Amino acid sequence: MFFEQLLFLVAGALAIGGALGVVLLRNPFYSVLALVTHLFALAILFLLLTAAFLAAAQVVVYAGAVMVLYVFVVAYVGGSDDELRPATAGPLVVIGPIFAGALLIELIVAIVGSSLSALDSRGAEVGAGFGSPGAIGEALLTKFLLPFEAASFLLLIAAVGAVVLARKRRGLREPADAISVADVVRHQPPAAGTQKEAIG
Amino acid sequence: MDVSWFVVLSAFIFCIGAAGVMTRRSPLVILLCLELMLNAGNLALIAFARMVGNVEGQIFALIVMVVAACEVVIGLGVIVAMYRRKLPIDVDDMAELRG
Repeated sequence: MFFEQLLFLVAGALAIGGALGVVLLRNPFYSVLALVTHLFALAILFLLLTAAFLAAAQVVVYAGAVMVLYVFVVAYVGGSDDELRPATAGPLVVIGPIFAGALLIELIVAIVGSSLSALDSRGAEVGAGFGSPGAIGEALLTKFLLPFEAASFLLLIAAVGAVVLARKRRGLREPADAISVADVVRHQPPAAGTQKEAIG
Repeated sequence: MDVSWFVVLSAFIFCIGAAGVMTRRSPLVILLCLELMLNAGNLALIAFARMVGNVEGQIFALIVMVVAACEVVIGLGVIVAMYRRKLPIDVDDMAELRG
Protein backbone atom coordinates (compact mmCIF):
# COMPACT_ATOMS: atom_id res chain seq x y z
CA MET A 1 0.00 0.00 0.00
CA PHE A 2 2.76 2.39 1.00
CA PHE A 3 4.82 1.31 -1.98
CA GLU A 4 1.88 1.98 -4.29
CA GLN A 5 1.47 5.52 -2.94
CA LEU A 6 5.17 6.18 -3.25
CA LEU A 7 5.12 4.97 -6.85
CA PHE A 8 2.12 7.19 -7.60
CA LEU A 9 3.82 10.23 -6.11
CA VAL A 10 7.06 9.67 -8.01
CA ALA A 11 5.33 8.89 -11.32
CA GLY A 12 2.86 11.75 -10.92
CA ALA A 13 5.63 14.24 -10.16
CA LEU A 14 7.59 13.00 -13.18
CA ALA A 15 4.48 13.27 -15.38
CA ILE A 16 3.74 16.84 -14.31
CA GLY A 17 7.41 17.80 -14.50
CA GLY A 18 7.68 16.37 -17.99
CA ALA A 19 4.53 18.19 -19.07
CA LEU A 20 5.86 21.49 -17.71
CA GLY A 21 9.14 20.82 -19.48
CA VAL A 22 7.35 20.37 -22.80
CA VAL A 23 5.64 23.73 -22.42
CA LEU A 24 8.43 25.78 -20.85
CA LEU A 25 11.65 24.59 -22.49
CA ARG A 26 12.63 26.79 -25.38
CA ASN A 27 14.48 24.29 -27.53
CA PRO A 28 12.00 21.92 -29.24
CA PHE A 29 14.51 19.09 -28.97
CA TYR A 30 14.45 19.32 -25.17
CA SER A 31 10.67 19.51 -25.30
CA VAL A 32 10.61 16.16 -27.12
CA LEU A 33 12.89 14.62 -24.50
CA ALA A 34 10.66 16.00 -21.72
CA LEU A 35 7.67 14.40 -23.43
CA VAL A 36 9.48 11.03 -23.47
CA THR A 37 9.95 11.32 -19.69
CA HIS A 38 6.28 12.21 -19.33
CA LEU A 39 5.22 9.19 -21.38
CA PHE A 40 7.32 6.79 -19.31
CA ALA A 41 5.79 8.20 -16.12
CA LEU A 42 2.32 7.75 -17.60
CA ALA A 43 3.15 4.12 -18.40
CA ILE A 44 3.93 3.58 -14.70
CA LEU A 45 0.58 5.15 -13.80
CA PHE A 46 -1.16 2.83 -16.29
CA LEU A 47 0.47 -0.12 -14.53
CA LEU A 48 -0.89 1.15 -11.19
CA LEU A 49 -4.34 1.14 -12.78
CA THR A 50 -3.83 -2.51 -13.85
CA ALA A 51 -3.63 -1.69 -17.55
CA ALA A 52 -0.56 -3.78 -18.35
CA PHE A 53 -1.07 -4.00 -22.09
CA LEU A 54 -1.64 -0.26 -22.47
CA ALA A 55 1.47 0.49 -20.42
CA ALA A 56 3.51 -1.69 -22.76
CA ALA A 57 1.89 -0.09 -25.82
CA GLN A 58 2.59 3.36 -24.38
CA VAL A 59 6.30 2.61 -24.05
CA VAL A 60 6.69 0.75 -27.34
CA VAL A 61 4.45 2.79 -29.63
CA TYR A 62 4.53 6.28 -28.08
CA ALA A 63 7.88 6.62 -26.37
CA GLY A 64 9.47 4.40 -28.99
CA ALA A 65 8.07 4.92 -32.46
CA VAL A 66 6.24 8.26 -32.35
CA MET A 67 8.97 10.06 -30.42
CA VAL A 68 11.65 8.81 -32.81
CA LEU A 69 9.61 10.38 -35.61
CA TYR A 70 9.52 13.64 -33.64
CA VAL A 71 13.28 13.58 -33.03
CA PHE A 72 13.92 13.06 -36.73
CA VAL A 73 11.67 15.93 -37.77
CA VAL A 74 13.12 18.30 -35.13
CA ALA A 75 16.61 17.39 -36.34
CA TYR A 76 15.53 17.97 -39.95
CA VAL A 77 13.65 21.23 -39.49
CA GLY A 78 16.01 22.47 -36.80
CA GLY A 79 14.48 23.95 -33.71
CA SER A 80 14.98 27.65 -33.20
CA ASP A 81 15.86 28.68 -29.67
CA ASP A 82 14.48 32.19 -29.89
CA GLU A 83 10.94 31.33 -30.79
CA LEU A 84 9.46 32.82 -27.63
CA ARG A 85 9.69 36.45 -28.64
CA PRO A 86 8.25 38.33 -25.68
CA ALA A 87 8.48 41.71 -27.34
CA THR A 88 6.15 40.83 -30.20
CA ALA A 89 4.12 38.19 -28.40
CA GLY A 90 0.38 38.60 -28.66
CA PRO A 91 -2.11 38.83 -25.83
CA LEU A 92 -2.50 35.04 -25.86
CA VAL A 93 0.74 34.65 -23.91
CA VAL A 94 -1.00 36.33 -20.98
CA ILE A 95 -4.53 35.08 -21.56
CA GLY A 96 -3.53 31.47 -22.28
CA PRO A 97 -2.22 30.52 -18.82
CA ILE A 98 -5.10 32.37 -17.14
CA PHE A 99 -7.57 30.41 -19.23
CA ALA A 100 -5.76 27.15 -18.48
CA GLY A 101 -5.82 27.91 -14.75
CA ALA A 102 -9.54 28.65 -14.89
CA LEU A 103 -10.08 25.38 -16.75
CA LEU A 104 -8.10 23.49 -14.07
CA ILE A 105 -10.17 25.00 -11.26
CA GLU A 106 -13.35 24.17 -13.12
CA LEU A 107 -12.28 20.56 -13.73
CA ILE A 108 -11.24 20.01 -10.13
CA VAL A 109 -14.50 21.47 -8.85
CA ALA A 110 -16.32 19.11 -11.21
CA ILE A 111 -14.30 16.09 -10.05
CA VAL A 112 -14.56 16.85 -6.34
CA GLY A 113 -18.20 17.81 -6.56
CA SER A 114 -19.26 14.87 -8.70
CA SER A 115 -21.65 12.40 -7.16
CA LEU A 116 -19.63 9.40 -8.37
CA SER A 117 -19.16 7.65 -5.04
CA ALA A 118 -16.82 5.08 -6.59
CA LEU A 119 -14.38 7.89 -7.37
CA ASP A 120 -13.15 7.81 -3.78
CA SER A 121 -12.55 4.09 -3.76
CA ARG A 122 -9.87 1.90 -5.20
CA GLY A 123 -12.29 0.88 -7.93
CA ALA A 124 -14.17 -2.30 -8.57
CA GLU A 125 -12.75 -5.67 -7.71
CA VAL A 126 -11.03 -7.04 -10.77
CA GLY A 127 -9.45 -10.39 -11.51
CA ALA A 128 -5.82 -11.04 -12.29
CA GLY A 129 -6.40 -10.92 -16.03
CA PHE A 130 -7.83 -7.38 -16.09
CA GLY A 131 -6.06 -5.28 -18.71
CA SER A 132 -3.85 -8.14 -19.85
CA PRO A 133 -3.13 -8.58 -23.57
CA GLY A 134 -5.53 -11.51 -23.63
CA ALA A 135 -8.45 -9.52 -22.25
CA ILE A 136 -7.75 -6.55 -24.53
CA GLY A 137 -7.37 -8.77 -27.59
CA GLU A 138 -10.56 -10.63 -26.89
CA ALA A 139 -12.56 -7.42 -26.52
CA LEU A 140 -10.90 -5.91 -29.57
CA LEU A 141 -11.66 -8.84 -31.86
CA THR A 142 -15.18 -9.61 -30.68
CA LYS A 143 -17.16 -6.65 -29.38
CA PHE A 144 -15.00 -3.90 -30.88
CA LEU A 145 -14.18 -5.43 -34.24
CA LEU A 146 -15.57 -2.49 -36.22
CA PRO A 147 -13.56 0.23 -34.34
CA PHE A 148 -10.49 -2.01 -34.69
CA GLU A 149 -10.89 -2.19 -38.46
CA ALA A 150 -11.65 1.52 -38.68
CA ALA A 151 -8.46 2.27 -36.72
CA SER A 152 -6.37 0.16 -39.09
CA PHE A 153 -7.94 1.91 -42.07
CA LEU A 154 -7.21 5.30 -40.47
CA LEU A 155 -3.56 4.32 -40.01
CA LEU A 156 -3.35 3.37 -43.69
CA ILE A 157 -4.84 6.72 -44.75
CA ALA A 158 -2.43 8.60 -42.47
CA ALA A 159 0.57 6.72 -43.89
CA VAL A 160 -0.45 7.52 -47.48
CA GLY A 161 -1.18 11.14 -46.53
CA ALA A 162 2.23 11.57 -44.90
CA VAL A 163 3.97 10.24 -48.01
CA VAL A 164 2.01 12.61 -50.24
CA LEU A 165 2.63 15.61 -47.96
CA ALA A 166 6.34 15.14 -47.30
CA ARG A 167 7.34 13.84 -50.72
CA LYS A 168 10.08 15.68 -52.49
CA ARG A 169 8.54 17.42 -55.47
CA ARG A 170 10.95 17.56 -58.32
CA GLY A 171 10.65 19.98 -61.16
CA LEU A 172 9.28 22.59 -58.81
CA ARG A 173 10.13 26.11 -59.75
CA GLU A 174 11.64 28.38 -57.12
CA PRO A 175 8.93 29.67 -54.82
CA ALA A 176 8.07 33.33 -55.08
CA ASP A 177 8.76 35.65 -52.17
CA ALA A 178 5.21 35.95 -50.91
CA ILE A 179 3.87 32.46 -50.41
CA SER A 180 0.99 31.15 -48.37
CA VAL A 181 -0.19 27.97 -46.73
CA ALA A 182 -2.75 27.54 -49.46
CA ASP A 183 0.08 27.25 -51.98
CA VAL A 184 1.48 24.24 -50.18
CA VAL A 185 -1.84 22.49 -50.33
CA ARG A 186 -3.19 23.64 -53.67
CA HIS A 187 -0.22 24.31 -55.89
CA GLN A 188 0.70 21.41 -58.17
CA PRO A 189 3.56 21.83 -60.60
CA PRO A 190 2.94 20.42 -64.10
CA ALA A 191 4.60 17.06 -63.57
CA ALA A 192 4.07 16.54 -59.86
CA GLY A 193 2.56 13.26 -58.76
CA THR A 194 2.99 11.53 -62.12
CA GLN A 195 5.13 8.73 -63.45
CA LYS A 196 7.19 11.27 -65.31
CA GLU A 197 8.18 12.94 -62.05
CA ALA A 198 9.14 9.65 -60.44
CA ILE A 199 11.51 8.85 -63.30
CA GLY A 200 12.93 12.32 -63.03
CA MET B 1 -4.79 4.77 -4.34
CA ASP B 2 -8.19 6.28 -4.94
CA VAL B 3 -9.26 6.70 -8.52
CA SER B 4 -9.89 10.41 -7.95
CA TRP B 5 -6.14 11.04 -7.57
CA PHE B 6 -5.54 9.80 -11.08
CA VAL B 7 -8.38 11.89 -12.48
CA VAL B 8 -7.10 15.05 -10.78
CA LEU B 9 -3.61 14.35 -12.13
CA SER B 10 -5.03 13.98 -15.62
CA ALA B 11 -6.82 17.35 -15.21
CA PHE B 12 -3.47 18.94 -14.30
CA ILE B 13 -1.73 17.47 -17.35
CA PHE B 14 -4.60 18.49 -19.63
CA CYS B 15 -4.45 22.10 -18.46
CA ILE B 16 -0.67 22.28 -18.84
CA GLY B 17 -1.09 21.02 -22.41
CA ALA B 18 -3.88 23.52 -23.10
CA ALA B 19 -1.70 26.39 -21.84
CA GLY B 20 1.09 25.21 -24.13
CA VAL B 21 -1.16 25.05 -27.18
CA MET B 22 -2.29 28.62 -26.55
CA THR B 23 1.09 30.21 -25.79
CA ARG B 24 3.72 28.45 -27.89
CA ARG B 25 4.39 29.54 -31.46
CA SER B 26 6.27 26.66 -33.04
CA PRO B 27 3.89 24.11 -34.62
CA LEU B 28 6.24 21.34 -33.49
CA VAL B 29 5.77 22.27 -29.84
CA ILE B 30 2.04 22.77 -30.35
CA LEU B 31 1.82 19.18 -31.61
CA LEU B 32 3.73 18.04 -28.52
CA CYS B 33 1.26 19.89 -26.29
CA LEU B 34 -1.61 18.24 -28.16
CA GLU B 35 0.00 14.92 -27.29
CA LEU B 36 -0.04 15.99 -23.64
CA MET B 37 -3.76 16.71 -23.80
CA LEU B 38 -4.52 13.39 -25.52
CA ASN B 39 -2.46 11.52 -22.93
CA ALA B 40 -4.32 13.24 -20.11
CA GLY B 41 -7.54 12.04 -21.71
CA ASN B 42 -6.10 8.52 -21.90
CA LEU B 43 -5.19 8.59 -18.22
CA ALA B 44 -8.72 9.64 -17.27
CA LEU B 45 -10.21 6.94 -19.51
CA ILE B 46 -8.07 4.23 -17.95
CA ALA B 47 -8.78 5.51 -14.43
CA PHE B 48 -12.51 5.33 -15.08
CA ALA B 49 -12.11 1.87 -16.64
CA ARG B 50 -10.47 0.78 -13.37
CA MET B 51 -13.26 2.43 -11.39
CA VAL B 52 -15.98 0.55 -13.24
CA GLY B 53 -13.93 -2.63 -13.50
CA ASN B 54 -14.57 -2.86 -17.23
CA VAL B 55 -11.99 -3.29 -19.96
CA GLU B 56 -13.90 -1.17 -22.50
CA GLY B 57 -12.37 2.09 -21.34
CA GLN B 58 -8.94 0.66 -22.07
CA ILE B 59 -10.04 -0.18 -25.62
CA PHE B 60 -11.15 3.44 -25.97
CA ALA B 61 -7.71 4.60 -24.81
CA LEU B 62 -6.06 2.28 -27.32
CA ILE B 63 -8.10 3.81 -30.16
CA VAL B 64 -7.14 7.30 -28.90
CA MET B 65 -3.48 6.24 -29.15
CA VAL B 66 -4.03 5.20 -32.79
CA VAL B 67 -5.70 8.52 -33.62
CA ALA B 68 -2.87 10.41 -31.89
CA ALA B 69 -0.29 8.55 -33.96
CA CYS B 70 -2.16 9.47 -37.17
CA GLU B 71 -2.40 13.10 -36.07
CA VAL B 72 1.35 13.22 -35.39
CA VAL B 73 2.19 11.72 -38.76
CA ILE B 74 0.03 14.18 -40.70
CA GLY B 75 1.10 17.17 -38.60
CA LEU B 76 4.79 16.41 -39.02
CA GLY B 77 4.21 15.87 -42.75
CA VAL B 78 2.70 19.35 -43.00
CA ILE B 79 5.64 20.83 -41.05
CA VAL B 80 8.16 19.12 -43.35
CA ALA B 81 6.23 20.44 -46.38
CA MET B 82 6.33 23.95 -44.89
CA TYR B 83 10.06 23.62 -44.35
CA ARG B 84 10.61 22.45 -47.94
CA ARG B 85 8.75 25.48 -49.28
CA LYS B 86 10.89 27.71 -47.03
CA LEU B 87 7.88 28.98 -45.13
CA PRO B 88 8.41 30.31 -41.61
CA ILE B 89 7.87 27.58 -38.99
CA ASP B 90 5.67 29.83 -36.88
CA VAL B 91 1.92 29.64 -36.44
CA ASP B 92 1.52 33.40 -36.10
CA ASP B 93 2.85 33.92 -39.62
CA MET B 94 0.58 31.18 -40.98
CA ALA B 95 -2.68 33.10 -40.82
CA GLU B 96 -3.76 32.62 -44.44
CA LEU B 97 -6.38 29.99 -43.66
CA ARG B 98 -7.96 32.03 -40.88
CA GLY B 99 -11.66 32.12 -41.52
